[in-house]
Amino acid sequence: MVNLKSTSKEEIPEHPLLKLTTSSKMLGSYINFFCPGCGYGIIAQCINRAFVKLKIDPIKYPQIVGIGCHSLLAFLIPGPAMMVLHGRAIPFATGIRLANPEVKPIVIVGDGDCLSIGTNHFVHGARRNVNITVLLMNNLIYGMTGGQSSPTTPTGSRTRTSVYGCVERSIDAVELAKTCGATYIARWTTAQPRLLTKAIIEAIQHKGFSFIDIITPCMTYFGRFNRKAKPADMYRWLKSNSVSLHHAEKMSVEELKSKIIIGKFVERKDVSILYEEYEKIFKRAQGRGES
Amino acid sequence: MRGIVSSGTYVMLGNHAIAEGAIAAGCRFCAGYPITPASEIIEKMSERLPEVNGIFIQMEDEIASISSVVGASLAGAKAMTATSGPGFSLMQEWISAACALEVPLVIVDVQRGSPSTGQVSEPQQGDVMQARWGGNGDYEVIALAPATCQEMFDFAIDAFNLSEIYRVPVIILADALVSHMREKVVIPKYNEIRRKVVERRRPDGDPKKYIPYTYDDPNTGELRIPPPPQFGTKYYPLMTWTATRDEMGVYREEPEANLTLIRRICDKIRNNVNSIVRLQTMFIDDADLIVVAYGTPARTALRAVKEVRAKGIKAGFLRLVTVWPFGEKVVRKTIRKAKKIVVPEINYGQLYWEIERVASKEDAEVFLVPQASKLHEPNEIVRKILEVY
Repeated sequence: MVNLKSTSKEEIPEHPLLKLTTSSKMLGSYINFFCPGCGYGIIAQCINRAFVKLKIDPIKYPQIVGIGCHSLLAFLIPGPAMMVLHGRAIPFATGIRLANPEVKPIVIVGDGDCLSIGTNHFVHGARRNVNITVLLMNNLIYGMTGGQSSPTTPTGSRTRTSVYGCVERSIDAVELAKTCGATYIARWTTAQPRLLTKAIIEAIQHKGFSFIDIITPCMTYFGRFNRKAKPADMYRWLKSNSVSLHHAEKMSVEELKSKIIIGKFVERKDVSILYEEYEKIFKRAQGRGES
Repeated sequence: MRGIVSSGTYVMLGNHAIAEGAIAAGCRFCAGYPITPASEIIEKMSERLPEVNGIFIQMEDEIASISSVVGASLAGAKAMTATSGPGFSLMQEWISAACALEVPLVIVDVQRGSPSTGQVSEPQQGDVMQARWGGNGDYEVIALAPATCQEMFDFAIDAFNLSEIYRVPVIILADALVSHMREKVVIPKYNEIRRKVVERRRPDGDPKKYIPYTYDDPNTGELRIPPPPQFGTKYYPLMTWTATRDEMGVYREEPEANLTLIRRICDKIRNNVNSIVRLQTMFIDDADLIVVAYGTPARTALRAVKEVRAKGIKAGFLRLVTVWPFGEKVVRKTIRKAKKIVVPEINYGQLYWEIERVASKEDAEVFLVPQASKLHEPNEIVRKILEVY
């Protein structure tokens, strides 16, 4: 499955951010696990650029990765990374963050990970406003297990478990995050890498539960069965279907059907983060009975 | 404010004793989800932990509870969770993963009437086999079975110590009876407890030479258990997995690597059975019949043994303080002279099978005294002894 052979330097010039990645630190070269046309390479690039721009020590920003194709993204970002159990990345990161408040985990989850098996954890992570960053790799499908329908698969799409078209309605992660009280919410697609990079920088700097829904194409299992067989078709679809938040406000519900609304939805700085609340509790508990 | 150890003599609830014991042992992170009959543990933790700058968090379910406990433990805090049978079932995926990742943590399972939702505030020993075999794959855990409120306090400290030494989840198999009972509990002075507590080992030296997981010593071939990796420090591997890994934490695809991993996480416990396992015995020397019990039934069993002794029956008493790993060698040695074994358990036969397996090697017959949702009365055990003797 995995080709660990390094590409020789003569063939391709070295990537400027290669030295930053786990792949380079472990194997000395770049390895790509992803199918042609997959958006994960772009996302890894955006995350790396955010790390460079912010000049932060990756040790203090461990990447907690769920299970899915995006697990392999961990090789292309700075690390240290930990792949945890399917769906359990957010509570795991909550534990790390509370036990060591110097650390800000960056949680990388997929749509199945975050919105199906781990919805419960996503809801409550956002509600608590624990200081973590959640990047949702939303490829509209279960990629690693072979293309089954996920909670974000658009209605009518053909997948391996919905061969006659998906009958269920899909979930809107941004609306869910809003309802649960996440304090930074944005959505971008891999067709807007510069804006995505900017959003990742903002999300990492944000104090509180920051969430970015990243729509990314899966060519092999989504595009192939849904009339977007070529990466270019898929990116054209992403671009033509994306509507900025500003424009979406002027559009009717009917017009917005099956459109992807992109932009920064929420940024709140007035909500105190979970650990700050604990610090107040420490004072109250320790002051008790002293007077 | 009571400080780290609330020394003194109390009449204390079993669940509160376990919380006090955990804090005395250095527990600074607890996550839980309310469940009868374990709720008093997390209630006490939410009151006591902020006094010692510890975190208590009520999570959205038991899976989230143990997820955050594993995370907190890898961030450097001694961590625990408390639950009962149904919640313990939900935790199994992480118990298997925590064994594979060698994360020190403590799980208190206050067992209640089961199967299913069962009878929520009645005692049962329904999770004994689940504690050992509940998760997927091969692993070894340590499980202790307290019988008194004092032991709830003491075993909490022992559990944390064992988890730190062997880097393994330790399960305290209490039951609704001992957790909802109030008894005399003596909490020693801070300094006295301090001497007993095993601190979290922190990695030091050159981070490049740090091996994060149990490995075979290249010189002696023995298993070495290194200090656990810690998030936020240089001593965290670049890439770690819940998937099969080698001692450096690198993902492995070849089948041999999985056998190596299983051998290491199992053998680090199996090779140390003699130092982990604790038994209590009474009247063993001349006994032809031995009553083997663990947890709260050990209390009734001892009373029954004393009663039949008064009638002239040479009965002995063996209590398994450590349920897992099962001390096969030492149990076998203890029951060698006996021809009959009586096992009172508050279930329909769980550890009975393990005892029968060992006893059959010594040609002893094993009889179960089953019970559900209540403790045996002494005469139930006495009747069984008289029947089979």
